[in-house]
Amino acid sequence: MPILEVNNLKKYFPVYKGVFLRPKGFVYAVDDVSFTVKRGETLGLVGESGCGKTTLGRCLTALYDKTDGNVHFCDQDIFSLSPKELKTFRLRVQMIFQDPFESLDARQTVKEILEEKYLIHKKHNRINIDDEIAVLLEKVGLLNADMSKYPHEFSGGQRQRVGIARAISLNPELIVCDEPVSALDVSVQSKILNLLLKLQEEMKLTYVFISHDLAVVKHISDRIAVMYLGKIVELADADSLYDKHLHPYTEALLSAIPIPDPETKKERIILKGEIPSIQNPPKGCRFHTRCRYSTDICRKEEPVLLINNREKEHYVACHQYG
Amino acid sequence: MDDQVLLNVKDVSVAFNTEAGKVHAVDHVRFELKKGIILGLVGESGCGKSVTALSVMRLLPKPSGQIINGSIIFNNENILNFSPEKMTRIRGKKISMIFQEPMTALNPVHSIGKQIKEVYTLHFSEMNLKQIKQASVEMLAKVEIADPEKVLKLYPHQLSGGMRQRVMIAMALASRPEILIADEPTTALDVTVQAQILSLIKELQNSFSMSVILITHDLGVIAENCDEAVVMYAGRVVEKACVKELFKNPLHPYTKGLLNSIPSLERKGKSKRKTQLPTIKGQVPSLENMPKGCRFNPRCPVKTAICESHVPHEQKYSLNHSVACHFVNNREGNNAYS
Repeated sequence: MPILEVNNLKKYFPVYKGVFLRPKGFVYAVDDVSFTVKRGETLGLVGESGCGKTTLGRCLTALYDKTDGNVHFCDQDIFSLSPKELKTFRLRVQMIFQDPFESLDARQTVKEILEEKYLIHKKHNRINIDDEIAVLLEKVGLLNADMSKYPHEFSGGQRQRVGIARAISLNPELIVCDEPVSALDVSVQSKILNLLLKLQEEMKLTYVFISHDLAVVKHISDRIAVMYLGKIVELADADSLYDKHLHPYTEALLSAIPIPDPETKKERIILKGEIPSIQNPPKGCRFHTRCRYSTDICRKEEPVLLINNREKEHYVACHQYG
Repeated sequence: MDDQVLLNVKDVSVAFNTEAGKVHAVDHVRFELKKGIILGLVGESGCGKSVTALSVMRLLPKPSGQIINGSIIFNNENILNFSPEKMTRIRGKKISMIFQEPMTALNPVHSIGKQIKEVYTLHFSEMNLKQIKQASVEMLAKVEIADPEKVLKLYPHQLSGGMRQRVMIAMALASRPEILIADEPTTALDVTVQAQILSLIKELQNSFSMSVILITHDLGVIAENCDEAVVMYAGRVVEKACVKELFKNPLHPYTKGLLNSIPSLERKGKSKRKTQLPTIKGQVPSLENMPKGCRFNPRCPVKTAICESHVPHEQKYSLNHSVACHFVNNREGNNAYS
């Protein structure tokens, strides 16, 4: 049974304009997205800025309400939870944010940041919080002495470790990681990735890993979904996505990544033009304006995400494979 | 001096006055920029790559930042001795710079046309308005902006990140500079846009036959776009080589560590999926508290006693490869190059 099941999820943000703030259309941030996440796996979500990957991540943690569709976490519809159920849900589903400089309260010490969750979920009577936090800090590679420090005393990597400690403190099952290493240097990034992998193994965590860096996503994920303008265009296990990718956008995205090896020769596909506005996405296939294979049908009909290789669970939304 | 060398940065040290006292952000940095090549300057945050670039432009924040040592030779003249007036005539004309964040580098209250015009009125006072407009349109067309006439009337907020960076490049190249310094020009952009901008820079470098200093933290960008690379760590140059050589045969332990810690996109690469990546232990030292001797020694897997006491000097390893590490010499077992 999948831990998370997303069916036809839509999230539109209304745009208001003019003196009377009349609604003038929508931002189609997530538009009819379906997928499942299996227990214990890492699902990578990649795409460029504005493709809706962060909005999707926030819908999965019920931080945003849906416009349409549904999300089931362990067979519970997360958008129709009672306040009490929602609190339990938040115990089981956690989030790690991109910017370790902004996601921690600058006026709280590490201890205060971490103990808040025990207080909110009323776990503090049964355990010794200080001991618990010490164990937690050790798990993420920080020192006991760091407990009384403030976020500004740490480097970016250490701050991200505090963010991770906060997320894992109450033994969650699912963690949505929203660009957790994008703000970090390469040498720090590898350490945080190692930490995430170690914790996943130790605590049997399931990750939804959002990033724009395909090399990082490939390293950490079992399966990867590629998003373009609010839609999933391709979903496959990590190796097939890189070796046997089908969608022209995935092809272009992969060819655009600079590879740290001057000897590698590869064909570079440079996409023409700009990414269309998400308020007014192109009719038909959303990628047809920049696709080098586009035909008449691409301009008229929108392709659906269909299974292409059942054995490999490889899905693609493109008329070429329809 | 070799006449192929356009810019020679010799032993430049930069100090900043801070509350914690004087800190040396850049320490005896030296490299040469040859004519018609793209030189990559690579390193992690705070390693001094941007400060080095700002020293060449003489744009260090005043009065806190000072160049306390060394010289920067451009066309047989030391830039550091120029009067501010003379520097103004060079800056933006002979040496131009583009920055990481194109939104903050452009002025939000002036139209694109007005901002490009400024380059011409400042450096080419003989041009009349009609010529300037024509030149601006040509320049925007060169950076592959569709409908340049219309873009001239737009304001920065009406353009996307990639378009803004194109406008920045157009402004920087309007005066046909000999050197373009690009400080993380694509860090704020998406990969597909990054690919567009980098191929544009490469193309223009070729057609304008200028030299480029490309500053980045992305070793992939270096591998695909540069001819030569300078690796910096904690304010010092640790390794210099032509790009093929650097990636095939990295010598400094820091360069090796950095290359190993990147997750590989290709299956044949060293790191397997979902396995622990190799890392460099410890953290980058703070500027106020630099280790003695080799600045990399607390994190180095192969350090010996000499690393803690003596600063390693740059030694030639081969014709176009030099490194500042005590260990490289030991391993080779000869001092032929030092």
